Amino acid sequence: MTVEFTEENIYDLTPDELVLTDRVAGRMYTDPDIFDEEMTKIFERTWIWVAHLSELPKAGAFKTTYVGQQPVIVSRDRKGNIHTMLNRCRHRGATVCETPSGVVNGFTCPYHAWSYGLDGSLRGIPYPDGYEGIMDKSTMGLKKLRTEQYNGMIFATFDHDIEPLEDFLGDAKMWIDRFMAQGAGYPVKVLGTHRFKFKGNWKIQLENTTDGYHFPIVHRSWMATVDEETADMMSFMTDPTAITHVLGNGHSVMQMVPQHTDLEADDGSEPLQPRFDGLVADLRAQGVDEERIRKLVYTVHGTGFNLNLFPNVSLSISFFRTLRPVSVNETIIEHIAIGPDGPPEIVDRVNQERMRAHENFQGPFGFGTPDDAEGWDRVQRGAVGGPELPVMVNRGLARETKSPEGWTTSHVTDESGMRAAYYQWKEMMGNE
Amino acid sequence: MSDPGATLKPGAWLTGRSTYKRPLSYAGISSSDPRVARAIDFVSYEAELLDRKEYVVWQELYAEDGVYVIPIDPETDNFDSQLNMVYDHDKLRRARVVRLSEGYAISAVDAALTVRTLGRFIAAEVSDTEITLRAAQIVVAYKRGTHHIWAGDVEYKIRFGATTADDRIVLKVIRLVDSQGVTPASGFLL
Repeated sequence: MTVEFTEENIYDLTPDELVLTDRVAGRMYTDPDIFDEEMTKIFERTWIWVAHLSELPKAGAFKTTYVGQQPVIVSRDRKGNIHTMLNRCRHRGATVCETPSGVVNGFTCPYHAWSYGLDGSLRGIPYPDGYEGIMDKSTMGLKKLRTEQYNGMIFATFDHDIEPLEDFLGDAKMWIDRFMAQGAGYPVKVLGTHRFKFKGNWKIQLENTTDGYHFPIVHRSWMATVDEETADMMSFMTDPTAITHVLGNGHSVMQMVPQHTDLEADDGSEPLQPRFDGLVADLRAQGVDEERIRKLVYTVHGTGFNLNLFPNVSLSISFFRTLRPVSVNETIIEHIAIGPDGPPEIVDRVNQERMRAHENFQGPFGFGTPDDAEGWDRVQRGAVGGPELPVMVNRGLARETKSPEGWTTSHVTDESGMRAAYYQWKEMMGNE
Repeated sequence: MSDPGATLKPGAWLTGRSTYKRPLSYAGISSSDPRVARAIDFVSYEAELLDRKEYVVWQELYAEDGVYVIPIDPETDNFDSQLNMVYDHDKLRRARVVRLSEGYAISAVDAALTVRTLGRFIAAEVSDTEITLRAAQIVVAYKRGTHHIWAGDVEYKIRFGATTADDRIVLKVIRLVDSQGVTPASGFLL
């Protein structure tokens, strides 16, 4: 049964009733109770991206981040195992680490110096005689999350009973593999991170990474500054081969530059863009062979697609985009620059080029991000009005088809990816 | 003068985490020195142009080889090898001015109003042709009922011309206190 949103019923409807096939209720962006429920039913019950393997390059390496609103540490132990654990001392609740990343032997709480190993186990308590006979140290390690990884992407979950990560990713796995091909024969590594916040609900950002429709409008000023080849590449609005696939479990992929979907299929016929002439010359001067130069330069602007993984990470053309819900109307975004992880004499110059391109669009002062953020702020401000009014996600509903793989498919400017994410949201919010 | 934080004592927490470690050169020259005063006047004018969003006039204060940078890593001088928030040479700076001025960028059209204060000037290196100046900068940005503070240290390298009208900025580095943290997205320049 389709429920109509009305002024009278909008606050009586359960969250899962707020998602219809072609629309969602504005209340989803503004209701703090729904936000609290999302943290429990989504962010604590599914796989949340926490790190890339390159951020934990050796034993003792760690990063601090969040799963939903809960602070966690992701660490690598001496055996190479990756752990995710709550950044919360088991004694009186203080955070045990307030450093974004680094290399350590373990974690010691500054309050009473309870110390934990890289795997979260409780190692030492000062003046332990007070605990004799009343506490088993082996049960007082940092609370562990389940941690699994696929092709360098590390995810964690509080739910020890959900499906394995690889099952959750499903058909998205082959797209992750395609995305990582931009390492040009090397693994991919993180080069740096832009962080910014906007005053809006996290789902506004979730929608944006699968929103081809906004691109020439919101990013008109960026388009005006790029060379003709790049502008051509991004002129997907009327390109029928630019399509979005729905991949299951809320994941979707939008191919803006279909000719760059499979970077490994490069046959050498597409000329390298003249703006990379300097890069090519520098690599030649380094003695890099022509085949590798071609590969490195062809992949320098990343893949031709955004892979949107529900609920918090996107593999977006040439970088990772993560979202962290802070409150119903505040979200923190990270734009994580990546590049090939190879010999410095080969990849450093390439990665300089990649960082300059990343700076150009992304981050709090980029030529793209601030305009996105302005749009998202405006959605939140507007959506406070009329909680019963629908947010429309119906674009392209009448032209969806099935791909040979069985994926629901539509044009890249259509809202199929949003509908897929909201369907997953509806499923999870409907669970008890 | 011994530094109690120079060696890690048993059980001590690692010190020096709450500031950056860049060397603090100091020319020992008073701010009343005509060259220093000239530079302070110049960067104050630059600051006012930015608050007024007079970007077209502002960009001409930069030398053709001038660099404007907001690094993420506050320790670095090697901006090429790191990801920055802004790293503008002449061409990109001019493109940015077009973007901030022409009316297509919705973040610039509705950018915050800003008022900035420069202070704590230190002349790091002074010659008759060039000066390196350090300062503290507090920018208060107001937009839709919210004030945000952009606090940072600024380093300027200024090349003196034949007259004050010919002085040009060769380098401006803004090291924000929260460059590695989370800031709002910005529709204006620092």
